[in-house]
Amino acid sequence: MSEATASGAVPAPAAGQGGARLLARLRPTLLALIVPALLLLFWHLAVKAGMTRLIPSPAEVAEYMVDFAVGGIWDDAFSATLHLHLLASMQRVYGGFALAALVAVPMGLLIGRIPLVAQLFDPFFQLMRPIPVTAWLPLSMILFGLGPRSAFFLVFLGAFYPILLNTVFGVRSVEPRLFEAASMLGCRGNAQFFKVVLPAALPSIFTGLRLGLGLAWFVIVVGEMTGVPQGLGAVIMDGRTLSRTELVICGMIVIGIAGFLSDRVVVLLMNRLLRWSPLHRG
Amino acid sequence: MAELPILDIQGVGKTYTLGDQRIEALRDANLTVRKGEFVCLIGASGCGKSTLLRIVAGFEAPTAGSALMWSKPIGEPGPDRGMVFQDYGLFPWLTVRENIGFGPASRGLGKAEVRDIVERFVALVGLTRFADAYPHQLSGGMKQRVAIARVLANDAEVVLMDEPFGALDAMTRERLQDELLDLWQRTGLTVLFVTHSIEEAIFLADRVVVMEPGPGRIASEHRITLPRPRDVASPEFNDVRRELGARLHSHHAKKAA
Repeated sequence: MSEATASGAVPAPAAGQGGARLLARLRPTLLALIVPALLLLFWHLAVKAGMTRLIPSPAEVAEYMVDFAVGGIWDDAFSATLHLHLLASMQRVYGGFALAALVAVPMGLLIGRIPLVAQLFDPFFQLMRPIPVTAWLPLSMILFGLGPRSAFFLVFLGAFYPILLNTVFGVRSVEPRLFEAASMLGCRGNAQFFKVVLPAALPSIFTGLRLGLGLAWFVIVVGEMTGVPQGLGAVIMDGRTLSRTELVICGMIVIGIAGFLSDRVVVLLMNRLLRWSPLHRG
Repeated sequence: MAELPILDIQGVGKTYTLGDQRIEALRDANLTVRKGEFVCLIGASGCGKSTLLRIVAGFEAPTAGSALMWSKPIGEPGPDRGMVFQDYGLFPWLTVRENIGFGPASRGLGKAEVRDIVERFVALVGLTRFADAYPHQLSGGMKQRVAIARVLANDAEVVLMDEPFGALDAMTRERLQDELLDLWQRTGLTVLFVTHSIEEAIFLADRVVVMEPGPGRIASEHRITLPRPRDVASPEFNDVRRELGARLHSHHAKKAA
């Protein structure tokens, strides 16, 4: 069948060709599902074989996920609350991420372009960057109190540095030739910032935004260790306290899927805006 | 030469300082170019031909002598001196149309005016079918056509070309050479063209300026009087090529001795 798709010249019955084409289109998805399927299988078998008694089986988690989403099975405090937690986490992730992007992109453009700004801020950010977001947790709770504002701040911190660093990198790696081309065409000085620097740095800025949004989801659990009542991170922390491992795993899966879907949105936007770049054709 | 030259290079030198090392890239260059002339600069690498071109473009300031255009010192780069680079220097995020319109738009022309200019020059270089393509979708020859068109669209009086066809295959190079001559004859442009190919220089130029390295300087000038269109396979062409080749090699032999 795969041979029939490879060489379109080979005459084949219409139905067979359609099937082959469908298979070709589904191929990436099917390939991508192999590893997760194997992991599920191993998980299932490991639980069945009694390798652990603390981890529920995939089927149990799936059942609980349904209850978590729509209720009607266990009807406990967490039943049918998925949307509330997801919404709370999304607000913090996107809010913190948006604020990080709003500060980091202009900051990065300035650091990359103006030596004085670089001399003022570069050493400071280099010094602050290695400090893990988790280390900021106590201080953040003192500064912003227990609750969502602290979570928001930690997400902001997590997303900030990748966006900043990639923006700086993008600005600094603009081909010098393009400045020469712009100036001999009559575009000089500050006009070059919008006509040359910004578009040339856009691919790097997008790389930074992708990494930043990924990290925003990455730190949401830490962010919601600050004593917020709602949020996927809070659910995971509650699950740990209550020894409800199925709740923890449900929270993990939802974060994974939400993070993945957010990334796809950024990638779609990126492919649209960077149509001109041979590296970003999608 | 009673007529005022468009370019007047007098005693121009360029010395770079790298740490405490001083590198003399160009020494005492003298060259005058009349409006409408096609001048080729030729020589081995390190002879200062690109440096001279970049000084005329305004990308670098001379450290000695004076470089004048219409008797005024050359300052910053500007639309009156368009540059065509070997590596094209197109804006990858702009389409063919937008690349050609970049200059006119930067000069503050109105939208309708820019559009008219763009359409005219897209057609002039034969890229109408590719007007909405991005540079990465074009062949090397097409990219160089865009680079030439954007300079012409910006009303450049002098076109500076730094080995523009050096990265192209032989067939494409010949076609672009013909097209360039055609444009030059139709528009009355002044062209300063850097190359390291003797044949290319003789095929294109009214005048060939031979440069030599260590430090870079102008060694000799040769007027090419062969009638156009020139036939690279003709005996007359070969005579000129042999003579100029001997001249280039004698410079190098002298240097080696």
